[in-house]
Amino acid sequence: MSSFVLFTISGLGLAGLYFLLASGLSLIFGLMSVLNLAHGAFFAAGGYAAWFVMDSFDGVSPGLRFVIAVIAASLVGAAAGALVERGLIRKLYGRHTEQILLTIGLGTAAVALMGGWFTYDPRLLEQPRWFVDTTEIAGANIPNNRLLILAVAIVLFIALMTFLTRTKHGLIIRAGVENPSMVRALGIDVARSFTIVFALGGLLAGIGGALGAVFFNGISPALGTTQLIFAFIVVVIGGLGSIPGTALASVLVALTQVYVNNYGASGMGSISVVILLAAVLLIRPQGLLGRVQP
Amino acid sequence: MRRRVIWAIVIALLAVAPFIPIGVPGLFTGPIQSPGTLQVLAVGLVFAGLAMSYDVIFGYTGLLSFGHALPFALGVYGTNLLMDPIGLNYPLAVPVAVVGVVVVSGILGSVALRTTGVAFAMVTLAFAEAFSLLVLTDPLRFLGGEEGLTLASDQVPDIFRGVLNLKYIYWLALLFALIVLVVASRVVSSRAGRVFEAIRENEARVEMLGLHPFQFKLASFLISSGLAGLGGAVYLLVVRGANVGTTTAEFTLSILVMVVLGGAGKLWGAAIGGFIYGILTLRLSAVATSEAIEGLPNWLSGPLSEPLFFLGVLFVLLMLFAPGGISSILSRARPVRSA
Repeated sequence: MSSFVLFTISGLGLAGLYFLLASGLSLIFGLMSVLNLAHGAFFAAGGYAAWFVMDSFDGVSPGLRFVIAVIAASLVGAAAGALVERGLIRKLYGRHTEQILLTIGLGTAAVALMGGWFTYDPRLLEQPRWFVDTTEIAGANIPNNRLLILAVAIVLFIALMTFLTRTKHGLIIRAGVENPSMVRALGIDVARSFTIVFALGGLLAGIGGALGAVFFNGISPALGTTQLIFAFIVVVIGGLGSIPGTALASVLVALTQVYVNNYGASGMGSISVVILLAAVLLIRPQGLLGRVQP
Repeated sequence: MRRRVIWAIVIALLAVAPFIPIGVPGLFTGPIQSPGTLQVLAVGLVFAGLAMSYDVIFGYTGLLSFGHALPFALGVYGTNLLMDPIGLNYPLAVPVAVVGVVVVSGILGSVALRTTGVAFAMVTLAFAEAFSLLVLTDPLRFLGGEEGLTLASDQVPDIFRGVLNLKYIYWLALLFALIVLVVASRVVSSRAGRVFEAIRENEARVEMLGLHPFQFKLASFLISSGLAGLGGAVYLLVVRGANVGTTTAEFTLSILVMVVLGGAGKLWGAAIGGFIYGILTLRLSAVATSEAIEGLPNWLSGPLSEPLFFLGVLFVLLMLFAPGGISSILSRARPVRSA
């Protein structure tokens, strides 16, 4: 029983990471039809930003340093996202395949760049003492960092939903996902929303990278790319463009993975996720909460 | 007509390469007929065929598959497994493996093709990744894991064994590239091939005309996968083993790079792209470790010693300035084309 609680909470932490990566992907795709394969690089960049802060500001107490690290990671991610959209994606406006291919090149180069700077060995992130302490929940000793990742992901999910449903920019983004040409016909500048979603996606991925460095005990250049594949699966299962769908699918995918890895054969978790994907596609090709494309 | 002459000259030159004693300084370390150079050329030829096979589905049918490494890797692993534990000899293992690849692709393709566009890309990526993870974790202990499998050379005919016989393997790679060229060009110029292109341009229109796009897309997927599987069987001999590298998403992306580098939607473009890529990747690692780069400050020499950094940047520049690839540059430079 106690191991079940541990696996579940660990799985939910992993779900939080998937959500941070997949929600940006899903929004970017929903609004712009761009599959951003450089998204994993935003994740890794956030991880390295967090590592850099933890490594160099040793005058500050670890807890405060970690807060600074997460903020730095989110800023690096957001800046990377905005720059990529402004500088590169925009140049290929309307040519979806070329945009995807461009992000592939960008992702490849960025991972190699980070590999060249930081080497491919994982950099360990110094964690505040409290992170590795455990809290007893239903007889299981849960590392606090798992709980923290889960809490941050839930807060960000609520914040993202509030942003999308309660603010003007959010409204434009949702309308743009639904029907971009109608939004444009109403005289609204969709292009500005493009930069916003890219920055937002980068921000979430950057925070994901900082938390991922905690979850996976270190950050390496290709970590984001590995996670990106699961984020893709999450996005497709959840339904492209649907944030609640992404959240639901994150939990489903992460729990499947963790349960199979721990109760079934180790290493089969990832494969069972792919089987889950195939099953969802056979029953509901548009994803759990996705709508049929008009 | 002129294009045929060029093709004939290129193929003839490639065919006699094992007898050319001169070298290409700066590109190859030994003369062309040396085993080392022939192996590099053989990799280039296998990649040329692989790129053409991918062009059928990506360039002609317009389906962005992110899992083309899968049929290729299945060809590599399948052929070797049919030889080693099962005990078929190479000439028998190859067709069985190719049939197997087509069957597996039929199952996976009919699931993946329920989605379109980017979702299709993600699903094919996921399938390929599942196989990659299966190989890497190897729960049943027969796929070799990270170390890969060594070639089951007992089952390979004598002429494909030993360094001195490398020219036969080279010719096999050339034969593979020619088979793909012939099959793929027949397919894309057939009536079904016209439908492939119509699907790429406007799928709804094809459906409106009373055709079932699904069947044609699946056909394109199967032909493309079968040819890639055959390529895997040849690649197994060229690199003398099965390596987990051929299963990865990175490998799929490099196939994509080959096709886009050469120019999608043109078989000869894809062939050039694959050939150049095969040789370039081996060459770039040599540049990356050269002294000129090692002398640079750390923050520069680090990324510059990564071949993938060059490749990624090249790809970005290509998309921004020449999205049609090498073939479009060549065509632009030579506007009068013989049809």
